[in-house]
Amino acid sequence: MTEKTLLQVENLKLYFKASKGVVQAVDGVDFTLPANKAVVVIGESGCGKSSMAKALLRLLPRNVGEYSGKVILNGVDTMAMDDEKYRTNVRWVKMSMVPQAAMNALNPVMRVGDQVAEPMIVHNGVDKAAALEQAKIMFQRVGVPVDFINRYAFELSGGMRQRVAIAMSLVTVPELVILDEPTSALDVLTQANIMNLLKQIKKEIATSFILITHDISTSSELADNVVVMYAGQIVEVSDNHRFFTSPLHPYSEKLMASVPRLRSKIEPDFITGQPPSLIDPPKGCRFAARCKKRFDKCDQEPPTVTVDGHLVKCWLYA
Amino acid sequence: MARKEVEEIQVTYRPVAEDTLLSIQDLHVWFELRKFGFSHAGYVRAVDGVSFDLKKGETVAVVGESGCGKSSLMKTILGINIPTKGELFFNGMPLSNLKGEELRHYRSQVGYVQQDPYGALAPFMTIEKIMEEPLIVHGVKDKKERMERIYKAFEEVKMTPVDEFLPKFPHMLSGGQQQRVVIARAMILNPRLLVADEPVSMLDASVRVEILRLMDKLQTDHELSVIYITHDLSTVRYFSEYIFVMYAGEIVEKARVDDLINNPSHPYTLALLAATSDPDAKNVNEMQNVPPGEPPSLVKPPAGCRFHPRCDRMIPGLCDVDRPPEFKIGEGHLLRCWLFKDKSEQI
Repeated sequence: MTEKTLLQVENLKLYFKASKGVVQAVDGVDFTLPANKAVVVIGESGCGKSSMAKALLRLLPRNVGEYSGKVILNGVDTMAMDDEKYRTNVRWVKMSMVPQAAMNALNPVMRVGDQVAEPMIVHNGVDKAAALEQAKIMFQRVGVPVDFINRYAFELSGGMRQRVAIAMSLVTVPELVILDEPTSALDVLTQANIMNLLKQIKKEIATSFILITHDISTSSELADNVVVMYAGQIVEVSDNHRFFTSPLHPYSEKLMASVPRLRSKIEPDFITGQPPSLIDPPKGCRFAARCKKRFDKCDQEPPTVTVDGHLVKCWLYA
Repeated sequence: MARKEVEEIQVTYRPVAEDTLLSIQDLHVWFELRKFGFSHAGYVRAVDGVSFDLKKGETVAVVGESGCGKSSLMKTILGINIPTKGELFFNGMPLSNLKGEELRHYRSQVGYVQQDPYGALAPFMTIEKIMEEPLIVHGVKDKKERMERIYKAFEEVKMTPVDEFLPKFPHMLSGGQQQRVVIARAMILNPRLLVADEPVSMLDASVRVEILRLMDKLQTDHELSVIYITHDLSTVRYFSEYIFVMYAGEIVEKARVDDLINNPSHPYTLALLAATSDPDAKNVNEMQNVPPGEPPSLVKPPAGCRFHPRCDRMIPGLCDVDRPPEFKIGEGHLLRCWLFKDKSEQI
């Protein structure tokens, strides 16, 4: 491969301790992200996609049971760093995040301009006036009127708040931005606007994106590569052309079939049953209980195999 | 006391056809704004002159962005908001005349499926209590009859075995199951009309189609009339016969579903359709075409056509001055846009 690898994740695990047992939210995830590409992580709610984002940025709650694996960013394993070193060198410097529901992610008692300027002050050590200047430039770039800088979050519309959250994630010029459901609470036109903005940023600033979503239609606007997660594991890694036409894993096939489409007469289907509990996930393939192509071997843990350069975790291809 | 602005609203009523279940005529729902709690500061014109007829057994989808007035319209139909001007006729009876027992009966005839099933079910009540409550309120005194009806409703939404679900609390169910409970509760009084406010937007893609199919089946089995409120055009196709596109308090285009998708005509409808993407790898390389700006304030909506500040085909001197009337461009295809003034008949 000639592409420069920006991020390499190896066997990343994040378990939570709960009253009923250990929740294996992220269970041995491997993938790579080339520089200036966007990878979309798709899966149902509860499949561990948001937990993976938190694991990558080390934004962990208190009840962590196990947190291990390798997160190699530009050849440096960030998991080996202590918290302070991680905070000063990685979080928001190399890797930032647009949290889910930007409505609630902004501080209600701080002016939005100050919120966008804050990462500059903390991480780049610039004074407030210079940081605010930078925030103004950022506001222009993401399409928020510059005089909104003195407003509070409640004075902005949903789309504008999302743009402010994006500005906040970009102000320190990180190499990787993780977007957690950036458009799920927005209207159709606003969604399209935000996706346009992200495309433009990708072209102009050469940022890489990890987009976490369950909206497959919208994700196709940004995806170069697609990662499909199911019950804490990655079941398929594919490029966009392959995935949106003929995905490999039976779960991906079902997911694609469940997308209602505006411009085709294909009747959408749904997936029967529910994802397994992550406290005591089934042995063998975790999708087996809902899979129509299930056979004897599915009771054992499926291997991850390469088919035409795409990874798929399924016995059908082994 | 009605103010001048309200007095000035002109409304005309049409006779209601025999097979019409709900007839909405020139409906205006305005909310008064007050300064310092008492002095008048204008109105939020949430619904501003909406008319349509809903026949028995017909489904319509109301599509629009947040803040376009679709929820205010829905709440007025449910009898929660009181119309400022205009009238709703249910089975030919004007709603404003209903009182006491009649109003209670009307409410039993209209089922409501909320958007967020997690919020719609009381967390401290068991599923049995939740399902029983509307029956108690509407005077079903016999416990045995209540339970029979609950069992029947649950079997219809495929929540079986019923006994297993009844003692549970809402948080013990998955999102899809919670939404089934909400639908069963809406159906338990055998309504004639079902109002569904974004019933699948909070659910996973894999469950959405299942819930839509279920609602479709209920609609056919009970010959229900359904008003399906959504902002997602891609799910509308599978469910309704008509689509009404709402923008800034007005319905700007009414058409049959296929007509609207194959032959969209209002510039706003075109923009909505263009912004709805289908999964396709090609999308990465293309920018989507989105009209500039945001929907207008409903306190002082723009003069003339409310979409004109964002429209790329605006006719100066006309679109920004006069409000477009409804033009008819095909069978059941109506729209409010001056671009069609020569291509159609005005009604």
